[in-house]
Amino acid sequence: MPSTLINVPPTAKRGDIIEIKTLMSHIMETGYRHTETGAVVPRNIITGFRCRYNGVEVFRADLFPAFSANPFISFFTVATDSGRFEFEWTGDNGFQETATADITVS
Amino acid sequence: MTRTAMHDIDPADRRRFLVLGSSAAMVALVGLRPAQATPDTMKAAIRDVVKDAVVRVGRVKLDVPPLVENGNTVPLTVTVSSPMTAADHVVSIYVFNEKNPQPNVGNFHLGPRAGRAQVSTRIRLADTQTLTAIAKLSDGSLWSATADVVVTLAACTEEAS
Repeated sequence: MPSTLINVPPTAKRGDIIEIKTLMSHIMETGYRHTETGAVVPRNIITGFRCRYNGVEVFRADLFPAFSANPFISFFTVATDSGRFEFEWTGDNGFQETATADITVS
Repeated sequence: MTRTAMHDIDPADRRRFLVLGSSAAMVALVGLRPAQATPDTMKAAIRDVVKDAVVRVGRVKLDVPPLVENGNTVPLTVTVSSPMTAADHVVSIYVFNEKNPQPNVGNFHLGPRAGRAQVSTRIRLADTQTLTAIAKLSDGSLWSATADVVVTLAACTEEAS
């Protein structure tokens, strides 16, 4: 079971610019490495990341093998309303994980 | 008499020869595949994104350490100076490299709701090289910045254990 780390401030004032930090545990196998016998280790990476804020997409990223293992992404958004952030990672071999975080905006 | 000579060969031998030949070709292909992207492949990748538009230098800040010991996790932050309003904001940020096995690092899509046009992540670098970040603004203009990184321990290509 992959583990995620999400850092969203639990509270914010309306209009505040808040930083969101996310980390998803994943090997991010590049597909360019070889075993001792010379066989190529097949690519296995996360290719997409998406963040929705109360159902509306506020951030999206396309990932390539140049992302480090356990991809860390941080970005900003304006705190508009109380509600829920939904995070979604998708990748090779049908990889799909989601996480949520709630925020109270006053 | 090459024709009769061909017919003299046992079909099983010929098959074996063909199999040998094709696997040899495969080994050669794997060996010949470029181990890294080049500044030219990076330019091609950039052209895929920007098409024929003019990319101007400025407004983008690309923060990476100038010297990294371990190319497996290199912290990277891209900041674009933009008011991030509905009328004037950053739409996308693209990061490219010259010498990893492929030229793309990551694409980030944001909008006016971001408030601040800044993304951070950790990337792999296979070699000492120059990184390029390009920001696409809502008015369609493109801005870029580059950064040189010296890498002592390369990522990506070591043997899997």
